[in-house]
Amino acid sequence: MDKQRETELAAALLRGEPGAFDRFVEYFRAKVFGYSYLMCGQREDAEEVAQETLLKAFENFDQLHNPEHVRAWIFRVAKNACLMKRRKSVFAPEREISLEELMPASRQDGAGRRIEIADWSRLPDQEVLNSELRDALDRAIQELPESYRSVVILRDLEELSTEETANILELSTDVVKTRLHRGRMAIRQKLDSYLSATQKNTAPLAARES
Amino acid sequence: MKHDPGNCKEVFALLSEYLDLELPPEACQEIERHIAGCSPCEEFVESLRKTVALCRSYQPKEMPAPLSAEARHQLEAAWRNMIASRSSAT
Repeated sequence: MDKQRETELAAALLRGEPGAFDRFVEYFRAKVFGYSYLMCGQREDAEEVAQETLLKAFENFDQLHNPEHVRAWIFRVAKNACLMKRRKSVFAPEREISLEELMPASRQDGAGRRIEIADWSRLPDQEVLNSELRDALDRAIQELPESYRSVVILRDLEELSTEETANILELSTDVVKTRLHRGRMAIRQKLDSYLSATQKNTAPLAARES
Repeated sequence: MKHDPGNCKEVFALLSEYLDLELPPEACQEIERHIAGCSPCEEFVESLRKTVALCRSYQPKEMPAPLSAEARHQLEAAWRNMIASRSSAT
């Protein structure tokens, strides 16, 4: 659902239109569940967070001054509900990753300096992910330290702006940018390892679909 | 511009902001000039750009279980209260 349809849905919900309630619940429940599942790694917690978020959202809908901001607003409520669970992520321990750790190895040969990375040109932009690549992406996101993961989910998976993400997570925009960059670089590094391993086989990725 | 690990490191540090169009025009042009003359960086930028594209097309594997009648009832009651308090306020 694009931003405009989300805004219309929130406005319809506020007007009390029949049908808007079920559509709103179905759509945002799945979104909040996805976020909290990636954040805490427990299905049961994620379902509770989704329910608590929607309940709190309905109880405090007056705080949403502009339906255009519904997605950011819901995620702000979800972030707080997630924190209330007070459980640490089961996925990855919290730690800082330096940029150096995320840079590719390089070597000098006769043609100049080269970096050691997989052949990404064989990977289309909008590929319907094959299940192995999808699992690799899932693992790469889950293995991010929590502080990077929350930023990557909001900025890249949920496509919220830097300012919205900073507001939800109560961080400065500079911290959001730094964590997003390191998070992306870490995901890139994991996907690169996956691609390097699969490219040892000669068949193109698309041919190995399904 | 020849590949210089020093320059590349500076470029690497700014790549997300570059891809997100969040850099001032001068910094953006400087990165583009560097990338144009540095094939390792060009290759790396492409891999990061595709990483972001893959994240944007991410579809979760896990979906919530169907909403129970009790949970739905609780949410609907909260929604109806919200609508009622809005109409009584206007």
